[in-house]
Amino acid sequence: MIYDPAPLAIFIFLGFVFGTVGLSFYLGRKAKSSEGYFAAHGQIPWAVNGVAFAGDYLSAASFLGICGMIAAYGYDGFLYSIGFLAGWIVALFVIAEPMKRLGKFTFADALDAKFNSRGIKGAAGISTLVVSIFYLIPQMVGAGSLIQPLLGLPHWVGVVMVGVVVIMIVVTAGMVSTTWVQFLKGSLLVIFSTVLVVMLLQKGLTTDTSSFETIGPLSEQDLKQDTIAGREVIPPTGGWLSTADKKQEFIRFIPKDGRAGYDIFHIDDIPGSDKKLLRQAQSVTGSGKSKEIDGAPNGRESGERELQPIGHLSKLPGGETSTGPLGPISFFTTIGDSEVILWGSTTITNPKGPKTTVYYQKPTAGNRVLRPGEHPKFAGIRGESFGDKLNFLSLMLALFCGTASLPHILIRYYTVKDGSAARKSTIVGIATIGFFYVLTLYLGLGAMTSGALDLTDTNMSAPLLANSIRPWLFAVISAIAFTTVLGTVSGLILASSGAVAHDLLIGVMGIKLSGESQVKVAKLAAIVVGGIAIILGVLFKELNVGYLVGWAFSVAASANLPALVMLLFWKKTTKEGIIASVLVGMVSSLGWILLSADTYKSVYGLDPNDAIAPFSQPGIITIPLAFITLIVFSLFFSSKQDESASKANA
Amino acid sequence: MNTSDSPSPQRRYNTRLGLFLFLVYLTLYTGFVLINAFAADKMETIVLAGLNLAIVYGFGLIVFAIVLALIYGLMCRKDPAELTETAEAATTQGDSK
Repeated sequence: MIYDPAPLAIFIFLGFVFGTVGLSFYLGRKAKSSEGYFAAHGQIPWAVNGVAFAGDYLSAASFLGICGMIAAYGYDGFLYSIGFLAGWIVALFVIAEPMKRLGKFTFADALDAKFNSRGIKGAAGISTLVVSIFYLIPQMVGAGSLIQPLLGLPHWVGVVMVGVVVIMIVVTAGMVSTTWVQFLKGSLLVIFSTVLVVMLLQKGLTTDTSSFETIGPLSEQDLKQDTIAGREVIPPTGGWLSTADKKQEFIRFIPKDGRAGYDIFHIDDIPGSDKKLLRQAQSVTGSGKSKEIDGAPNGRESGERELQPIGHLSKLPGGETSTGPLGPISFFTTIGDSEVILWGSTTITNPKGPKTTVYYQKPTAGNRVLRPGEHPKFAGIRGESFGDKLNFLSLMLALFCGTASLPHILIRYYTVKDGSAARKSTIVGIATIGFFYVLTLYLGLGAMTSGALDLTDTNMSAPLLANSIRPWLFAVISAIAFTTVLGTVSGLILASSGAVAHDLLIGVMGIKLSGESQVKVAKLAAIVVGGIAIILGVLFKELNVGYLVGWAFSVAASANLPALVMLLFWKKTTKEGIIASVLVGMVSSLGWILLSADTYKSVYGLDPNDAIAPFSQPGIITIPLAFITLIVFSLFFSSKQDESASKANA
Repeated sequence: MNTSDSPSPQRRYNTRLGLFLFLVYLTLYTGFVLINAFAADKMETIVLAGLNLAIVYGFGLIVFAIVLALIYGLMCRKDPAELTETAEAATTQGDSK
């Protein structure tokens, strides 16, 4: 799609960004010491910290990725919402208070509280870095997606902008300003998402039968003619031809009105009849400057074409065309009885030149988008393959265990004064986040039926939904989403810089630094990590951000959670056990992801069938593996000295 | 960080309460995940006000998490160690001002 940057949108957007950065500068003046930089002196009120948890956690992935997945396939994206929230139960009931009691600045502090071991600091510091960088990728990708429609700038410019602004925030301020930015952003996100849902329900649902053409019903014989319904057929060649194992799927016509390119239609079966229906499709060939839409250059001048926005209902219950205002329950029941147009895609290989991706309409019964299993990644739960089911269980396990092991969430426990404040702020966090996740299902399904979606970028669904309701709302929602990215990214970069300065340099290498020079080193580290994040954000442009976050959760859950839980609940845990568990959990989950079918397909562009890992989500294997490693190393490979130390401590 | 002290009875009560509530939630979450994985068709059953099991159970898990969190917040006992620490901190701050 080609986006028009609106002056109002740019104005509101820049206002938000400058406001955030200005606030950050203002609050950051005081944070000169390391206590101030890393932990805001432990002086943040618990209620503020609780909402800041929501700000940290409701990242671009929650907001953009989940809504996008729901908009494209229905209920499946909501499974992420459920898993993401369930993870907070682990954080509250198991981790929150001990974490606050044991540590000072970083996650490694807590793991190392009993042992004072360089190895633990090193392993935990590295795992913090790895998880944070993995989590950074989707945030940066999301930022790029947002900038494109808002300011009409290319994706990479968005990524670089976020990188630079965030580095500025982190370098000037540290934890105090990061926390207040998170608080602000968390509140705004929840408030405006609520406004959006209320307006969506007020507007109700409508059908759209005019945006895309339908021809037919036609017989097999009709389809073989040179002209169909008065339109001249382009004879199929190359990948457009039917082959022995694949029927011809599309028909292309010469455009009637002398436009460039072709009009393309998907050949649909009519259930219970041998007739066919032609439904209009859209095609994209190549990318970048040479991108073609329906066979014509991408653009709005004469001789050019652009992708049309999608997402509509083809039928409402009782043959209505508009429902009027709906309630929170009747919204779902109405969709359940309607027919929704989802979009599938297929690739056509051309003998010369780049491949063509054709997107075609898939009329789908409304009750199918309200149940799990429609998304290709979740379709396995409806199949027979046990591997697919394991993959699903593995993802849900990683989401459950991942939250309480994310370094940027864990460091937030050090900004409040004691265990009970840590507990209270987690409760506020759960309430805020839970409420927001309830909204995601409305936002996603609303976007699915908004008629405003971008075929090639599901990440933009929530802001585009806002645009279909009120343009100013689009500006506000995009600006919030952008500050969302800023907030989460600054939290992550802060966690990484803490890991480098506090854990790796001081803890492992034994370099002695005063509080102030520690902060300087941390800021330098922030710049480097920010730079890496910018590069990765540009490289991973095409992937759905919600899906990428699933990976970060798997690595965090495998590397950090087993060590943390065992340290708290098993007295025989030794430092060798912890080091081995963190390293094995991290390496195995990372390795598994890099060798999985999903990565083969979407990152390397290789045949997913060649992948070595039997299914894509590692958690169900690597989390238990890290637990077992810890037990084995603690029992059999620990030095005598260490055992006596742990006995004395127990 | 004084971790070698044995935890106060209040802290032990809080830990046990936390673990109990955790297990309650874990059971419900596991139920949801297993139904999805092995009996996905069941999720289409209409159970309440015309809504299917997927929506009711899913929303239920979110609302229940909030309810359990509030119960935990109300039932937790204040750790005496923290009370003294807080009091000390307050005095020190008061002195320095």
